[in-house]
Amino acid sequence: MTDEQLEYKSVKLRRSLLKSIKHAGAGHTGGSLSCIDILNVLYNRILNVSPETFFSPDRDRYIQSKGHSVEALFVVLADRGFFPESELETLCCYQSHFIGHPTRKVPGVEQNTGGLGHGLPISVGTALAAKLDKKEYRTFTLLGDGELAEGSNWEAAMAAAHYGLDNLTAIIDCNSLQIAGRTREVMNSEPLGAKWSAFGWSVSRIDGHDYGQLTEALSGPLKRGKPSMVIADTIKGKGVDFMEGVGKWHHGVPNDEEYGRAMAAFDTQLAKREGVLS
Amino acid sequence: MSTPAASMYSEAAASMASELGLKKGKANLEVFAATVEELASKDRNVLAVVSDSRGSGKLGPFSERYPEQLIELGIAEQNLVGVSAGLASAGKTVFAVSPACFLSARSLEQIKNDVAYSDNPVTLVGISAGVSYGALGTTHHSLHDFAVLRAINNMNVVAPADNYEAREAVKAAAALKKPVFLRFGKAPLYDLGFEAEQPFRIGKARLLRNGGDVAFVATGEAVIHALLAAEWLKRNHALNARVLDVHSIKPFDTETVVAAAKGCRAVITVEEHLVNGGLGEACAAAILESGHAGCRFRRVAIPDEYTVTGSQADIFRHYGISMEGLAQTALSLAENNVPVS
Repeated sequence: MTDEQLEYKSVKLRRSLLKSIKHAGAGHTGGSLSCIDILNVLYNRILNVSPETFFSPDRDRYIQSKGHSVEALFVVLADRGFFPESELETLCCYQSHFIGHPTRKVPGVEQNTGGLGHGLPISVGTALAAKLDKKEYRTFTLLGDGELAEGSNWEAAMAAAHYGLDNLTAIIDCNSLQIAGRTREVMNSEPLGAKWSAFGWSVSRIDGHDYGQLTEALSGPLKRGKPSMVIADTIKGKGVDFMEGVGKWHHGVPNDEEYGRAMAAFDTQLAKREGVLS
Repeated sequence: MSTPAASMYSEAAASMASELGLKKGKANLEVFAATVEELASKDRNVLAVVSDSRGSGKLGPFSERYPEQLIELGIAEQNLVGVSAGLASAGKTVFAVSPACFLSARSLEQIKNDVAYSDNPVTLVGISAGVSYGALGTTHHSLHDFAVLRAINNMNVVAPADNYEAREAVKAAAALKKPVFLRFGKAPLYDLGFEAEQPFRIGKARLLRNGGDVAFVATGEAVIHALLAAEWLKRNHALNARVLDVHSIKPFDTETVVAAAKGCRAVITVEEHLVNGGLGEACAAAILESGHAGCRFRRVAIPDEYTVTGSQADIFRHYGISMEGLAQTALSLAENNVPVS
């Protein structure tokens, strides 16, 4: 898929994401919008998973540690054909499997997550299993920058380096904001690169909305013998102008006027990109 | 104050065991280690995952014979459980081995989310459980594990009472392919017998002794004391005590426990756990809901207090988890207005 096609898809995914959040009246809007480009690249360029191969023991694993950004995962899975997009209309509904955090009851979801600091240890487990079994599959996990305050991440960081898990790539959706404010003011986790390097990881810091940079960083281990850490600098609320970089959209749901404005902007962008693509 | 008691049994209790022909076995922990090694020798997917706990888990020989099947994660119990979940999701048969006090508390969220909720078939092995660590104190006691783990959906909680049950529980957990918590102590145990008549099955209590006066409903390493007390009551007061060995706290054998309440005038629950949230409360709920709550009822457990200091044997004796203590409890119920027999 070309960068242009991915960019077009990302607008569609963001539109679908906002639509399902508006319909549900709840969702983690800002963080889903910040990581959607990462997921777009993972599911359309990197991961060897599909609805047909999802139960293969050789599939790549994607474990979303920042589980609250589940709406981004759901729309990407729907787009990849794991389930019909119409099912997203049941988000947060009574008896729906589409709840506010990843659950394996939804096709395509690897692990139930939502409590922060869980994805990396589980990912170390699947990566270690691949090494033991001499299998080629890779494991990817997506963390939030605020999530790094959870100590379990650093336990897992040590273990991943100790076992030389170069089949493991962790990505930080580094959008610099969490519920209480700017991450560096709530609990400063910087300098992230130096920290992960010191823990024995190979580190790359990139623009998390740049498809070229994402593709390059995620295509293989950054260095043989070491786990890879991709620090993806992103913008919370990316793609909706009035949400970008504004903390209140962490789990804010747009009112009717805001929603209409955002959807109109998406439609304009789609029309423009359709023109370019055709 | 006195020097710490080394034996879990008084002289009278030890001779009672001997008169009953009970053979002294090993610590369940040693049986666990031998059984998991046996499984590992047949299947390279069997892994023991440890948190600097290979020594306390008696897995030293295992680590030498099957170094690739022992995963060391250092002193990091949250990671221990998370990594184990990942390994299990990728097809490994995983035993996550760590002192019960840390495993069931520090990594509780990983147990709840990564193992139980995600349905990753990890066998969590809580070693040196209950008050096994004795004088090391409250930080090292696990008197809450039944309560917290039975409150988690999709968890199986098993406390084997002797070497036979320990061996069978390890094998059953590996075969079950579901989340399981196994609870092991480190004191040598008597073999309880009845292996052919009452085979071990997760979720099914074992009737070690029938009787219609009082029923001891016990679990784990407290069961032997109930069995000895039953014989003492028979010999000294002609009381017939039933002894139920409820090794599975979850799933819970409601039917057998309720049958004890129906068939006996008093039920005494016995456990190496805080009085809150464990076997006693599970029995009370089952009996009340059954409509057969006519029996007298008493929970023998560690009370909700700053636990007395001393060895495991001291603590058991202090709180009446001993042949003498349990017999006394049974008699006090018998001497009440409602006769036991």
